[in-house]
Amino acid sequence: MSVHTPIYLDYSATTPTDPRVAEKMIPYLTEHFGNPASRSHPFGWTAEKAVENAREEVAKLVNADPREIVWTSGATESNNLAIKGAANFYSGKGKHIITIQTEHKAVIDTVRELERVGFEATYLAPEPDGLIDLEKFKAAIRPDTVLASVMLVNNEIGVIQDIEAIGNICRENGVIFHVDAAQATGKVVIDLEKLPVDLMSFSAHKTYGPKGIGALYVRRKPRIRIEAQMHGGGHERGMRSGTLATHQIVGMGEAFRIAREEMELENARIRRLRDRLLNGLQDIDEVYVNGDLKHRVPHNLNISFNFVEGESLIMAVKDIAVSSGSACTSASLEPSYVLRALGRSDELAHSSIRFSIGRFTTEEDIDYTIDLMKSKIGKLRELSPLWEMHLEGVDLSKVEWAAH
Amino acid sequence: MTTVATYFDNNGTTLLDPRVLEAMLPYLSQQYGNATSRHIYGRSARHAIEHAREQIGDAVGAHPSQVVMTGSGTESNNLAITGVAAMNEGRAIAISAIEHPCVTRPAMALQKRGSIINTIGVDADGKIDDASLLHCLQMDTSLVSVMLANNETGVIQDIANIAEAARIHHAFMHTDAVQALGKIKVDFSDLNVHAMTLSSHKIYGPQGAGALILDKRLDIQPLLLGGGQEKGLRSGTENVAAIVGFGIACELISRELLQHTVAIRQMRDYLEQGLKQLGAIIFGNKVDRLPNTSFFAIPGIEGETMVMALDRKGFAVASGSACSSDSTEPSHVLLAMGIDKDLARGAIRVSLSSNNTLEEIKTFLVALQGELNRLKQLTAMAI
Repeated sequence: MSVHTPIYLDYSATTPTDPRVAEKMIPYLTEHFGNPASRSHPFGWTAEKAVENAREEVAKLVNADPREIVWTSGATESNNLAIKGAANFYSGKGKHIITIQTEHKAVIDTVRELERVGFEATYLAPEPDGLIDLEKFKAAIRPDTVLASVMLVNNEIGVIQDIEAIGNICRENGVIFHVDAAQATGKVVIDLEKLPVDLMSFSAHKTYGPKGIGALYVRRKPRIRIEAQMHGGGHERGMRSGTLATHQIVGMGEAFRIAREEMELENARIRRLRDRLLNGLQDIDEVYVNGDLKHRVPHNLNISFNFVEGESLIMAVKDIAVSSGSACTSASLEPSYVLRALGRSDELAHSSIRFSIGRFTTEEDIDYTIDLMKSKIGKLRELSPLWEMHLEGVDLSKVEWAAH
Repeated sequence: MTTVATYFDNNGTTLLDPRVLEAMLPYLSQQYGNATSRHIYGRSARHAIEHAREQIGDAVGAHPSQVVMTGSGTESNNLAITGVAAMNEGRAIAISAIEHPCVTRPAMALQKRGSIINTIGVDADGKIDDASLLHCLQMDTSLVSVMLANNETGVIQDIANIAEAARIHHAFMHTDAVQALGKIKVDFSDLNVHAMTLSSHKIYGPQGAGALILDKRLDIQPLLLGGGQEKGLRSGTENVAAIVGFGIACELISRELLQHTVAIRQMRDYLEQGLKQLGAIIFGNKVDRLPNTSFFAIPGIEGETMVMALDRKGFAVASGSACSSDSTEPSHVLLAMGIDKDLARGAIRVSLSSNNTLEEIKTFLVALQGELNRLKQLTAMAI
């Protein structure tokens, strides 16, 4: 069987909309086009009913009450709303926020903005494996800590944080706990009945739904309050105004329903593909897996290829569509701040590739990728004086380079 | 929906144009890349977004670089009001008394945090009161926000003049052009404003896309922080399909605007002749209005009751703006125009599109007459 290039291995950047999802959305772009806020005619009612069905599907995937789900335009908005909304509402309780250096920019930049307006923040460093040391987290809590934000699954390295343990520490200390789960839905089981989490962000387009729609979980018991960031018609019980894009909401509902029903089987299949990819790539010398392999979603493999220059690596592997860092930061040439936070050198961070596998990846795709990587890395290294020195046994870290 | 109703609520939302849907579909299937990705999937998405940006700019006489993509008109208005206020602490903001809640509510939220918000009054026709505008501008004002066309009455403001007054007083000018786009000519440079809000789903495009047209001289603080999309003004993965839909919808309305408005205006005028014969009072009809909108009340008839009755007969109309039809408070727009509360409670809005026909108007007038007679009989019996 032949493969279609470039092979898409960038499912953590975005996923294709599942055809079943697209099919479900289209009627809401044509005959059921009402504004769900229109209460005076059936066009509006039909739209509203569809919105509420989708809300139930989203809630079911994470075992929450539908009334705890607030629609947003995506995980970026959910993160902004959760962090600014809770920090501002509870600012009387304290002005200190804890987050992790490896969070998504939507969390980091929002916390930075809060610092600008008078909050203080601790950006905790993860361990070299990407996971948080619970003792260090505990030690970061201050009497005036009001909010902590920790992502469930990291977008670059796929590691899964121990949200339950972190949440329990937050509970014991009266700290509101927000979790960015944009990369987690459909990949790990989320049970908000059990998890001590107050606010959780979701995205549709990372789970085979459409772009432009997300949700924020806001716990009802004990009740968490947030200050709205977008004001207007008072939609979503005043927490988030703006006409709801019915077709996108319907799409998110269907995507999350499929995730709930199929994730177990799908994850087993994807794990086999990921392990096959890992085994294949490990034949190559001087490769380093970034992030813990055990506490990690099966979809992700982030690998640094030593003695290869980052930009030429990306140019060389054009037949596969991958990221050399988070999709949202790959426009810049800065090395990944996530890999830097793990203690990786600039060189290793630059020469890293994130392979992310998904619903439509085949075994042929993986085998093609392994062959491609082996051949391209080999060629690039043939051209690399550093690789030559390494083969000759020179310890490059001890070389003193002359300035030109 | 079991029966297909006659849709007269096009200021609430519009039916997606089939040509728009067709342009969107590839981006809901095989063209699925994240526009920030550097591989071919991402570059195709980026290309589609930039093409849409040109279409949107062209439709409103703006340069593509002035188009900031957002998720909705609500978001654009919030971004303009909150974003300007954050860069101009200590200075006042002036908004008109008839703005959409997505302008008034962010202004109220700023007021709660200590900002000075002034309200510009309107006259009995719903037009900006010049004296009130000048009075507001006496105070050091960073931003004036007045909508181009009102969503309820359809009344059109002389934005260029208002913007000139703002300019003289060193204030920036924002206009919410959501209801005007697609119904009258909208030109960013002619309007002389610094920021302008647009929405896709009011012009036969999809829900989930909007834009803020922004003059570079106006510095604003973003609402959403993160990946730095839209030059840092609006982070978040771009909704490619909706943006593509918005782009083509803009192109279609600017190409077909004139041919549609004539027919729509004729239908609206026919409707209003009939309404007057039924004793209706039509709001804002002495001044320049959108050609598709008719906002009226029949003395002694409660608007909500009539809307429900019309719904049973298969007509989808609004009793106010869609976003506020949850509440039974009379329209703030009519109250600002000095309309009596009881009459305001009777307000019904019919908003037409090119999908409507004269036949539908005729049937509607007959149905309205029938309901009026029925309701009058009921009232007479009750007395």
